[in-house]
This record gives sequence, C-alpha cells and structure tokens, in this order.
Amino acid sequence: MSKIDHEIRKLQKRVTNGGIDRREFIKAATAMGFAATAPALYSHAAYATPKKGGTYRVGFGGANTGDMLDPADNGDTFMINMNMGGCRNALVEVSANGQAVPELAESLEPSADAKTWVVKLRKGIEFHSGKTFDADDAIASLEHHRGEDSTSDAKSVANSLGNIRKDGPNTLIFDLESGNADFPYLLSDYHLLMGSADSAGKVDWASGDGTGAFVVKNFEPGVRAHMVRNDNYWKPGCANFDEVKITAVNDAVARTNAMATGQMDAIVRCDLKTAPMLEKKSGVSVIQVSGTKHFTYPMDVRQAPFDDNNVRMALKHAIDREAFVNTVLRGYGSLGNDHPISSNQNYHAGDLPQRQYDPDKAKWYLKQAGHSSIDVEIAAADAAFNGAVDATQLYSEAAKAAGVNIKVNRVSPDGYWNNVWMKVPWSACYWSGRPTADWMFTIGYKAGGNWTDSFWDHPRFEALLVAGRAELDEAKRNDIYVEMQTIVRDEGGVVVPCFANNVDAASDALGRPGKLAGNWELDGSRSIERWWFK
Amino acid sequence: MENQLLRLVAGRLALGILTLVAISLLITIGVEALSGDVCTAMMGQMASEDKVAACHRALHLDRPVLVRYLEWMVNFAQGDMGQALTNHRDVADVIGNRIGNTFFLAVSAALIAVPVSLILGVLAALYRNSFFDRSISMITLSGVSVPDFFIAYILMAIFAVSYGFFPAISNIDETMTLAQRINASALPVLTLTLAVSAHMMRMTRASIVSLMASPYIEMAKLKGIRPGRIIVFHALPNAWSPIIQVIMLNLAWLVVGVVIVEVVFVYPGLGALMIDAVFLRDMPTVRATAMIFATVYVVLNLLADILSLMSNPRLMHPK
Repeated sequence: MSKIDHEIRKLQKRVTNGGIDRREFIKAATAMGFAATAPALYSHAAYATPKKGGTYRVGFGGANTGDMLDPADNGDTFMINMNMGGCRNALVEVSANGQAVPELAESLEPSADAKTWVVKLRKGIEFHSGKTFDADDAIASLEHHRGEDSTSDAKSVANSLGNIRKDGPNTLIFDLESGNADFPYLLSDYHLLMGSADSAGKVDWASGDGTGAFVVKNFEPGVRAHMVRNDNYWKPGCANFDEVKITAVNDAVARTNAMATGQMDAIVRCDLKTAPMLEKKSGVSVIQVSGTKHFTYPMDVRQAPFDDNNVRMALKHAIDREAFVNTVLRGYGSLGNDHPISSNQNYHAGDLPQRQYDPDKAKWYLKQAGHSSIDVEIAAADAAFNGAVDATQLYSEAAKAAGVNIKVNRVSPDGYWNNVWMKVPWSACYWSGRPTADWMFTIGYKAGGNWTDSFWDHPRFEALLVAGRAELDEAKRNDIYVEMQTIVRDEGGVVVPCFANNVDAASDALGRPGKLAGNWELDGSRSIERWWFK
Repeated sequence: MENQLLRLVAGRLALGILTLVAISLLITIGVEALSGDVCTAMMGQMASEDKVAACHRALHLDRPVLVRYLEWMVNFAQGDMGQALTNHRDVADVIGNRIGNTFFLAVSAALIAVPVSLILGVLAALYRNSFFDRSISMITLSGVSVPDFFIAYILMAIFAVSYGFFPAISNIDETMTLAQRINASALPVLTLTLAVSAHMMRMTRASIVSLMASPYIEMAKLKGIRPGRIIVFHALPNAWSPIIQVIMLNLAWLVVGVVIVEVVFVYPGLGALMIDAVFLRDMPTVRATAMIFATVYVVLNLLADILSLMSNPRLMHPK
C-alpha cells in the first residue's frame, strides 16, 4: 500500500469514527489528489450498510457481583449497555446528534405551557416473552422508581414526571407540576427502561424480559453475559449481531490488553496511558467522542473562606487547565470553563471567554477578599476520578504562584461518596453529566438539592432555572441558559477544569454509523444494537 | 497409633470450629466498622437520606447487628448461607459458580509448583553453593520478591501481547473443554507458580542442608553411598515435616491469596468475589467466603500435622 493510500484510509477511518465531516474530508482528499473520487470515498466510509451476523465480544468495566437486571440499580457501563442497548428499550432515546427521539414512544406532544405531555406508544411491539407492550407496562416500569420505598437511582427523575395516567392501551398522559420543555429527555434516562408488567402491575426485572434487540441467555453478575438476537426486533438496521458476549473487565489495563490481543471486538474506556500505542496497532481504532463527563472541585460556599466569591474566583484562576487536560486526561479531553455544560450540548455558551490559568488575577481576587495568601485543603481520592490525587497535587503546585496554598488531603477511595464528598468543605468529584442544561443544573446546582455539592443558592439562577425549563421558544431558552452558565462560571462554587472525552476502542472489522453518540461511551451505550460486522 | 491420630483429628476439628466462629465474629465486626453499609455503597454518589432509609427497611438492616449475626449463624449452621444483600442471589449459587474455578487454578498451580520446587530444592541441596544452586536461588527468589501483579503483567506482555501464545484475560466458563480451560488459565497458573515456588524450594533445600551435618549422614557418606541417594533416601525422610508445613501454607495461599492475580487476568474466582462483597458491604457473601477461606486453612493445617506425624516414625510409634 502506497503512503498516499494509507493516508486516505486513515482519513476514511476518521470519517467512520465521526472525527471529521464531509466537507473536511473532501477538502483533505482533494489536497491528496483524489478530487474526482472524493465524494464516493466519503460515502463509502460514512454510509456503510449494516450486515447481519457474527458474535460481538465486548468488554465493559464497572461491573460487580451485586449487579442486577433491575435498571433502578444500574450505574456503570456493563449494566447500562446490557440493559439499555441490549435487552430493553426506553420510551425515548438520544440520537447521535444529541436529540431526544422517540424509541418505544411514537410521538410526544406538549401542551402550550409544556405542563401536560401526551405520549403515544408504538403499537404491536412485543416483549421477548411474546407479550405485547402497552401503557400498563410503561406505567408499571416508571412507577417502579417512585414512591416512598423506592431505592432507585432515578428516584428524583421519576418523581419529576408528575402524575402518569393512561388514555387507552397506547397513550400515556403526564401531568407535570411545572412546565418542562426537556421532558422527552427525562424519558431517555437509562434507568427508565420498559419491562413487562404482571396483572398486579409489578415487573419481574430479573427475568431480563424486554423489547430490546437481544434476548438474555445467561447472565452472571460481575462476570459475563450472553445474549442472542431478537429476530422479532422492530428497529430498522439494528440487531445485527447473531450473538453478543459481554465480559466484565474492570481493570483498564487488562481491558486494553484483551483488545490488543484480539480477545475483544470492542472495549469501553481505554487505559489512557497506553491508548496511543493501541491506536498504532493495525486493525484496531481508538474512538474518541466528546461527551458530557467532567471533573469538578466543589466548594461548600456556606463555609469560610469559600463564602467569599473573591476567594472562589481566586481559586478558579489558580488552576492550570491545559496541564490538567494534558496530564490527567493525556489530551483526551477539553478545557472546562467552570460550568457543567459541555461544548457538544445544546445551549452551550460558546462565546463565553475561556478561563485561563492566571496567577496575577488570582492574587488580585485574593487581595479583594482581604488576603495576601490563603491556606485551603482539598480532599481527594481516585474514587472521585482516575488520577484525582495526582491532579490535585498539580493544582496545588500551580496555585502556589498565586499565593494559594492548597494542602492535598489524600483520603481513602472506599466510602468516598459517603464520608468525604459533600462532607468536607472542598473535595474532588466527577459528574457524568446530563443530556440537557436544565437537568444538569437542577441536579447539581439548584439550591437545596440533594446533590448540589457546593450548597450554592443564587436567586437569579433559581429564577432562570424555572423560567428556562418551561420556555418553548428556542432563542429565549438559549439566552436563559447562556446567562445561567455565566452566573455559574463567575459566581458559582465549583471549579470545572475539564471535560473528559469518551475514549473507547473497536476492531476495524466492526461497522459503525457515520456519527457516534456522545451521551455515553461506545455510541451512547448502544453499540450492541447499532453496530455490525463488515 | 490410630487412636493418637483420631484424637489429634478430633481435637483439631473442634478447635477448627471454634476458629471459624471467632473469624465470623471478627469479620462481622470488621465490616461493620467500615464506613457506610450495603445501601450507601450501592448508591454511591447518588445516595440520599430517604433512599437509604427505604433501602434499610427493605433489607432489614434497621435491626441490631447482634441480632443479624446470630440469625445468620443459626442459618449457616443449618447449611443456609443466605442471600446476597445486593441482588438477592443465593450466596451458595454465587459461590458454587466460582469455587470450582478457584480450586482449578490452585490445583493447577500446585501440580506444577510442588514437584518442581521439591526437585529443584533437592538438586540445590545436592549441588549446594555451586553455580546451579545460586542461579536457582536467584531466579526463585526474584519470583517471590517481585509483587505478583508485576509478574502477571510481564508474563502478559511477553506471552499474550508480543507472541500471542496465551490469551491476555482468562474469562473461563463452564462450556469450555479442559484443554481450552488450561489454555485460558495458563498465564495465571504460571504467575502463581512463580510466586509460590521460591518458598517451598528454599525450605526443601534448607531442611536437607541442615541434616547433612548429622552423624547418620556422615555414616552414610563413610559407607560410600552416592550423594544423590543419601539425600533422597537418608536426609529427605527426616526433612519432610517442615517441608510439608510450608507446602500446605503455600497451598492455602493459592486458594485464598490470589485476589490480585484474579483481578489482573479477569479470572472469576472466589477472591475477586470477596473483595467485591467487601466493597459493597454485602455481609452474607463476605461471611460465606471468609468461612470457606478459613476452612481451607484449618483443613490444610490439620493435613500438614497429620502428614508430618505420619512421615516421622518416632512420632508415629512413641515409646
């Protein structure tokens, strides 16, 4: 293969991986002398048609022996991929472009104030058991997460769905407490999956019975799962593999090795240190998609010295974000701007200036607060995010130049979320992000929220949050969310140094859609139903 | 003599049961002393007061520890290991799936490590202070000095990534044939073999060497018996006792101490299960695995004593 052939292959690979678009491809291909054939070369790379067959062997992390098929408990890649993209569906899914599109729903219609939503369900969809999916199944599946005895991770989302009633066998009506233009996104939550209900309105989740592309044959929590194709699957172009074998590989190095030695067709979350080496291996692609996951340092703004916004601003200017992305993320990420909305999300405030490492400005803010230097402490453990302790050391070193003395308190990763996060005044943390600005702000920044880890309360922000949620006019909504991002950036209690990309790996024998979803790793956690063997 | 053995076995078994009770108590206190419980561990970042309270009610964790412990003990004594607090699977099923894997790994490693280290130990004693003795010592001692996960990664880099002889991860399952199983678990077995050989080999060498100055060995030498024969037929029978103790200790380690190797090679064994259960504060699973591990120790120690006794005619036939 000549060098130029190799280059054009590489370019095509980037198209397939969703790295560049048509325009960029044609420009680059023309420069290489492929002017006449460039469009055809592009189509070949972008619109490969799915083929049926093969056994998809995929390795996920975050699995443990306590895992279960009840989506209320799912929280990491193994179970999310097995459940959401494997054996079950939700009412709404998130497309590769980040839009909420109906899945088991057929349509979602809001009232003028976005308070009442009429959701029509697809007709004639069958569970693996042969039962037909209807409104009773949907209500039972959603109610499962609510009520006093619910321990579901989606309890607060499910509670925000308001009163749910059915109107005939294929229609649901949701009466929300207040208008929510993002309502369809709520139904795309990976916990809110549809199971088949018995006559008492209970779902037997452990059976694995769902409407999804694959039927569970064998599931050993924390070890493996084996699924076979649901020949009756309703979604066009999906369910292409004959069989899917999922293996739990929690160790990133072991996962990467398994990929490198051909034991896996795809893995989630490469070991970032060795990802560049994996990239060089022929037959393997490292797939990088910008996502919503971000690392944070929430401060308790009720406590001194964090109650002074000047101190907070000083601390926000004392972190070297570039170094953070380059060392902690090894370049697989982008700079954070002290707010939680990532650049690939709707309403991202792209015009807001990027906050930089600026010791002089930090000193100035400290002076405004009446300090010449300040001593603070951050608690960190690698449970907060991979490399959190080193990252915090890095922060501490950079901050010295600004007169900010950060003591890094290395704590135990075991029980970190119970004992440290939101218990000490300043700690390291991560957020996987939420699909919409409203959702992210509500869960992590709203005054008095269970997970508002900065204990922040800002009247203007609160007013905007309510106004933005019910606003159906896109332009007005955009203004509201831009203002909220500005307020969080300049007055909030959270340092957001970076957004992490989703970095996965896949064999080149696999076919993938032209653009991959970024809401979760491996094509929005749906590689199992969306991908195929070429 | 039989009486003596029986008395020993009965006494040890009674003590063993006491040990098990003590360990179950210690484990319970230990896990209770850890922060959080199964509810907060499962919910992690997303825990909230009302959810945790609901979870406590559902799992009956609102009752005192002592009550829960005694209840478990009564059930356990009747052979009921209970259900996992996390996903309510029967602990017996979960363990049943993995115990075979753990013993397969331990037995495979032992089948290689024990004969090899005995033979090397004898040879090292035979050619003591020679180049051979020193190099064998150096190699095996490096094996034991380097952490086992490091050996694992090196073996993986050489045999899986560079040459592709064996798979990098050992995700064995029950549908595999014996040959596939052996192939899949080759690297963990090799890692464990390297990790345990040094101890057994050094002990074999040391206990033989210490006997070589004994008068009866001098006598044998004076009679003109070949050195190899002296070691195997004259020294070794008297050296068995400490060797057996060390072998049993290492066998026990092969069952209970291989967590890291299991994690690195993604081998579905009991060690990884126990660590998982501790992280999740899943008490029934932690207790059940601890009981299995403790039983392994008790039984192997007992076996070591019986074998030592049988290998020593003076103990077998007291005056």
